Amino acid sequence: MRPLRNIIQKEIWHILRDRRTLLILFGMPIAQILLFGFAITNEIKGADIAVLDRAQDIHSQAVTERLVASGYFTVQATVHSEPEIEQLFRTGQIKMGVIYPSDLGAHLESQQPVEVQFIADATDPNTATTLVNYGRAIVGDYQRELAPLAQPPRQIQTELRMLYNQELESVFLFVPGVMTIILMLVSAMMTSIALTREKELGTMEVLLVSPLRPPLIILGKVIPYVLLSMINTLLILGLSVWVFDMPIRGSFVLLFAESLLFVITALSLGILISTRTSSQQVAMMMSLMVLMLPTILLSGFIFPIESMPQPLQIISHIIPAKWFILIIKDIMLKGVGWAFIWQETLILTGMTTLFIGLSIRNFNIRLS
Amino acid sequence: MKTILFLLRKEFLQIFRNRVIVAMIFVMPIIQLLILANAANYEVRNLKLQVIDQDHSSWSRQLVGHFTASPYFNLTGMVASAKKGITAIEADEADLVLHIPSGFERALRREGTASVHLNINAINGVKAGLASSYAQTIILDLHQEIMPVVELPAGLSSTFRYWYNPDMDYYTFMVPGILVLLVTLVGMFLSGLNIVKEKEIGTIEQINVSPIRKHQFIIGKLLPFWIIAQVELALGLTVGWLVFDIPIVGSLGVVFAFSSIYLLVVLGIGLLVSTFTDTQQQAMFISWFFLVIFILMSGLFTPIESMPGWAQQITRLNPVTYFVDVVRLVLLKGSSWWDIRSQWIALSIFAVVINGAAVLNYRKTD
Amino acid sequence: MATSVIETHELTKRFGNFTAVDRITFQVQPGEIFGFLGANGAGKTTAMRMLTGLSRPTAGEGIVAGYDVYRQAEQIKRRIGYMSQRFSLYEDLTVRENIQFYAGIYGLPWRSIRSKTSELIERLQLGEVARTLVGSLPLGWKQKLAFSTAILHDPEIVFLDEPTGGVDPITRRQFWEMIYAAADRGVTIFVTTHYMDESEYCDRISMMVDGEIRALGSPHDLKTQYDQPDMNGVFLQLARHSERS
Repeated sequence: MRPLRNIIQKEIWHILRDRRTLLILFGMPIAQILLFGFAITNEIKGADIAVLDRAQDIHSQAVTERLVASGYFTVQATVHSEPEIEQLFRTGQIKMGVIYPSDLGAHLESQQPVEVQFIADATDPNTATTLVNYGRAIVGDYQRELAPLAQPPRQIQTELRMLYNQELESVFLFVPGVMTIILMLVSAMMTSIALTREKELGTMEVLLVSPLRPPLIILGKVIPYVLLSMINTLLILGLSVWVFDMPIRGSFVLLFAESLLFVITALSLGILISTRTSSQQVAMMMSLMVLMLPTILLSGFIFPIESMPQPLQIISHIIPAKWFILIIKDIMLKGVGWAFIWQETLILTGMTTLFIGLSIRNFNIRLS
Repeated sequence: MKTILFLLRKEFLQIFRNRVIVAMIFVMPIIQLLILANAANYEVRNLKLQVIDQDHSSWSRQLVGHFTASPYFNLTGMVASAKKGITAIEADEADLVLHIPSGFERALRREGTASVHLNINAINGVKAGLASSYAQTIILDLHQEIMPVVELPAGLSSTFRYWYNPDMDYYTFMVPGILVLLVTLVGMFLSGLNIVKEKEIGTIEQINVSPIRKHQFIIGKLLPFWIIAQVELALGLTVGWLVFDIPIVGSLGVVFAFSSIYLLVVLGIGLLVSTFTDTQQQAMFISWFFLVIFILMSGLFTPIESMPGWAQQITRLNPVTYFVDVVRLVLLKGSSWWDIRSQWIALSIFAVVINGAAVLNYRKTD
Repeated sequence: MATSVIETHELTKRFGNFTAVDRITFQVQPGEIFGFLGANGAGKTTAMRMLTGLSRPTAGEGIVAGYDVYRQAEQIKRRIGYMSQRFSLYEDLTVRENIQFYAGIYGLPWRSIRSKTSELIERLQLGEVARTLVGSLPLGWKQKLAFSTAILHDPEIVFLDEPTGGVDPITRRQFWEMIYAAADRGVTIFVTTHYMDESEYCDRISMMVDGEIRALGSPHDLKTQYDQPDMNGVFLQLARHSERS
């Protein structure tokens, strides 16, 4: 096993010598987790609004105060005409305009219907819907305050339980995704590039004429990346647990074993790519297009798969990342065990076997 | 001037001779646009719903009927107990479980109030939030149907209007942003890998011993990708307009004028990366690293207003933010060049600083 | 001494603690073929990079074509040609495209680019492969092409860094004939090599060992001085105590 050890050692030297790449490999997961944890969220808070207050009375002021107090809105501008609102939309300074009619107070005193108008920038439909709903709820609350007896006599109460993530923290959703992407990057992309580089430089031939059997050579080259990936896994898990209070409800050993399986799946994909490419640049493009983008887009990491058109949903089944994300969520957040993830595990194992089989076939074709 | 022409000619010859690069420039982005626009969608539909109906009354059946009729929910099964409901969520057979306890209808008739339980898988917080609000709307609807009409005293209410995208079409929102993403990807990678490739194969020395001026070299490297990225943008806009029917309210001239400055910034970043890396692998990783951060912090996928104050300050240093913003403003709202003057100024400063740094950092002598 | 085209005085390059080139002093006369000999790692390439303006010297003086290597590197670049060890042609451009590109970045006028390209292709008998990608040419052809593009703009001096590595003796001989032809037209040739037989083709040579010039003179003088039948013997005697090889 001595030659194998030498190859592993040589590969580790290569990795350690390239400080910049190493920095990126460890800096990337940290930066991404921190960004997702602290900066990026889907919730809407402090949206900028413009107020066109034609009433200028206690009611209009009270509603505006409540809008601001809710935390959902920030008054960016007080305007005097509708075209001014439009102008603010066009310079991108506000998301919504609020218009109070001049006869607001008079109508309310005489118990006649009167309306506050919300104008939302619907270029972003989700934000627009959410803001309008918040605004209308606040107006509704104010009306009930004015006329407390008007509440409907009977109602159905909904007892809501948000399972696994009561605070609706977005970091819970993103950690599994970031982990998957980093493992994909380190394992598949780095291996495919490293192997292709040896081909490009001609050093692969030197290794191939050595008495070592080709599978051992490949093994020696990929083992350091397995180590690197597992260190990254621990790093990401450590950050999410200690910085973001994310739980690991299931078995840690199982989580680690599944991560190892996914790393091997990714590595075998990397090897497969390297058997089909001749230059580093092509390997990079292939990795980027075939691995990274589908992993980000179609794995359910950011965008829910069930909302996608049918063809994309079908494609998502062949993306290893999708299954791994399901596994992580199951173990970390739902705290379920083997009984719930054996199918996903089986699928990943099957994919890995397929990739390795194809690689060996390609490899043999090239040799003969 | 003539020197630059020769550099340009050389770059174009090299680009068009490499089939992988040509495919990456012209075919991949279109495919990505088609896929991304369909995948990058926050609309929540087809939520998997399971129901525990222990009441078996006409009102409980009516409630289930309302859920089934909604486009947001797919009834995937009826379960017998609350425990089985949780198991269904654990096994991912359900996103939410509606539990109607026995005595629901009776309580509602007698006491005027009754409760249902809703258990939602909240790992995806946004999805869970939307699921709960859709569900509560349906419950309210039922309530209004079965309750005798109560005369409400007239008072304050509200109306709303959705401007610029009254159909609430999600493509309208995403496609212009994705165009920015694609142009940025192609521009940054092509320029980032370019000089470093010449370093790796050694041809850069041959150029460095020639009397070529630094700015000539940088322009010769920038201009080809600048042209390609503009063509790319035009191509993407055409596809967006033909396939996704995105509105073009403002002036295309403003979009392209703005993209000319924006591309200078993006390509400048690529060149800068190129000048301080030694191998294509390094250049690739560094570009990738910054791109991911730029894109996540650009407001393309998540709203900037939701970020904490310090993060919002960071987004002001992100060129991608400005272009995403401007493309949406001009295409969807018809903003004029004067409306977006602050974005012009910011990007122009970036362009000068970054390309200045790239010229300074590129050394013919070590 | 005012007539020499290259003149150095105690030119030195250090990388941290490592002194790659240690106080070298020599002159090269116009039209001379000046050989720079030494083992791998003796500092030949570093010395050449300083003279061509690719690398800034740490200390000492250097004048190339009448210009100072510190302050006037860009003026020097106008007057020299350079062929590096990796014969920097673009493998994904054709023969003709490579020639035109290098002629273009040296600012030759349009008409002259066209005529020189055709002339060169004819002289090198590359007419049939003018539209072939350089990457698919044999090594020897690439080297001849690289040399020809390096002197396309009629430089005063051409620097050749191990130009004949990896080819057979016949191709090497042909390559030297091209060097002689250029020297006959008055071009000064500055060439590094570790082939000792090639040094016999030079007018004068300097032997570099461990970053220093240990010997300088015509091949005949050196052989006499060290009492050796050939340059190989001279080299072995000088390099015997080298620390770097």
